[in-house]
Amino acid sequence: MLITREELLARLSPEGADWLDLALAEAQEATRRAPGAPPEPGAPGWQLRFAAAGRACGPQAAEAARVLLLRTACPDAAAVARLYERGTGAERRAVLLALPDLPLAPDEGVPLVEDALRTNDTGLIAAAVGPYAAAHLDAHAWRHAILKCLFTGVPVATAEVADRARGDRELARMLGDFAAERTAAGRPVPDDLDRVLALTAEGA
Amino acid sequence: MRIFDPHIHMASRTTDDYEAMYAAGVRAVVEPSFWLGQPRTSPASFRDYFDALLGWEPFRAAQYGIAHHCTIALNPKEANDPRCVPVLEELPGYLVKDGVVAVGETGYDSMTAAEDSALAAQLQLAADHGLPALVHTPHRDKLAGLRRTLDVVRESALPADRVLVDHLNETTVKEAKDSGAWLGFSVYPDTKMDEKRMVAVLREYGPERVLVNSAADWGRSDPLKTRRVADLMLAEGFTEDDVDRVLWRNPVAFYGLSGRLALDVAPPGPTHEGNSVLRGGE
Repeated sequence: MLITREELLARLSPEGADWLDLALAEAQEATRRAPGAPPEPGAPGWQLRFAAAGRACGPQAAEAARVLLLRTACPDAAAVARLYERGTGAERRAVLLALPDLPLAPDEGVPLVEDALRTNDTGLIAAAVGPYAAAHLDAHAWRHAILKCLFTGVPVATAEVADRARGDRELARMLGDFAAERTAAGRPVPDDLDRVLALTAEGA
Repeated sequence: MRIFDPHIHMASRTTDDYEAMYAAGVRAVVEPSFWLGQPRTSPASFRDYFDALLGWEPFRAAQYGIAHHCTIALNPKEANDPRCVPVLEELPGYLVKDGVVAVGETGYDSMTAAEDSALAAQLQLAADHGLPALVHTPHRDKLAGLRRTLDVVRESALPADRVLVDHLNETTVKEAKDSGAWLGFSVYPDTKMDEKRMVAVLREYGPERVLVNSAADWGRSDPLKTRRVADLMLAEGFTEDDVDRVLWRNPVAFYGLSGRLALDVAPPGPTHEGNSVLRGGE
């Protein structure tokens, strides 16, 4: 997901690449505003480009472009929350994916992850359960996030899940109960469940 | 057969409808923002609705292989409610979004002064944002409403060929066509237009700039009416190319004026057994 500006530019049409160069320049400019300066009227230019990335870069490259814009502009917590709350599904995913690289305190970033985990949009859930969630969700919320991924078919056999699942007996119990419920209903147990369950037994 | 329903309120419909629509050939829809049947009491309620049209609903549609876009506006009915009117100030924040392909539905319900100013303001917003506009014509006093609509369009910064005038019928089609606007027809089980009348209108006025929609919502309506019209067109001697023009190319051309149509559907996230629209207990 964390692709560089050069990798992204190589994927874009000449017009898309020109657009991205201008957008990133505007995002860079936003970081030079004096701290505490009064907000300028209207949304900053880079935020308008954040909204327009799909039509400018194409739906496939838009997510990487948005993440790059966020990492470049480094918006404060209030701006990040606003971009998320007023964002489309695609924009919200980009905010969630950028969280590890933004200067937010855990109590500023975690509520966005929790919001995404309350949805049933698997695109949002998948973007929410990444390194930021692994680092900052408390144990209860983290275990429920893993269970929700398995429940909705979001892949969870990722490195950060592996690290945090090791030796987690309560997670093992929850996974076992979920597997039993699925089996009782005559429904298949997700493949990822066994992988995570095996990790919980390690170092236990 | 590929079908584009250019006006359908999917937030009111079930996944069964999405499944049936896909089976009938529907591959793209536009969901205009409108009244919910139950009056809203604040701009915050609009925001939640707009967010659904730009997040949850495209996600649901993609699970069924259907591209979903929307139009954003303060609808004519609620333009009369002072509790709702402040949402006009929030529209610019939505009109820049990728999934928004027009301003709409705007237009007249009871032809009040408040509707006049909301319509004029929103046609200006469309011009400012490089978007076309979807204009609803009233269900009561329709011909007078159409004439007043066309007057406001003529006085606006938006050229008539960037306006889709919707809910037309035999009494309003000629003047709408003469204005240069795009022509929308909503085909309903009982009211508005039906398939036979629609095909007769197509025979008399031709398929140029004509869009047919189901306008299906929370009321008695049928999301497969687009397919019924297509089938009757073929049975009555129209060619497959005519059908494709009315039910696919015309809506693509109109909403394509936004520069924001993206008709390739990729499910936005992983799916569970082909369907991640799950509830607790599944």
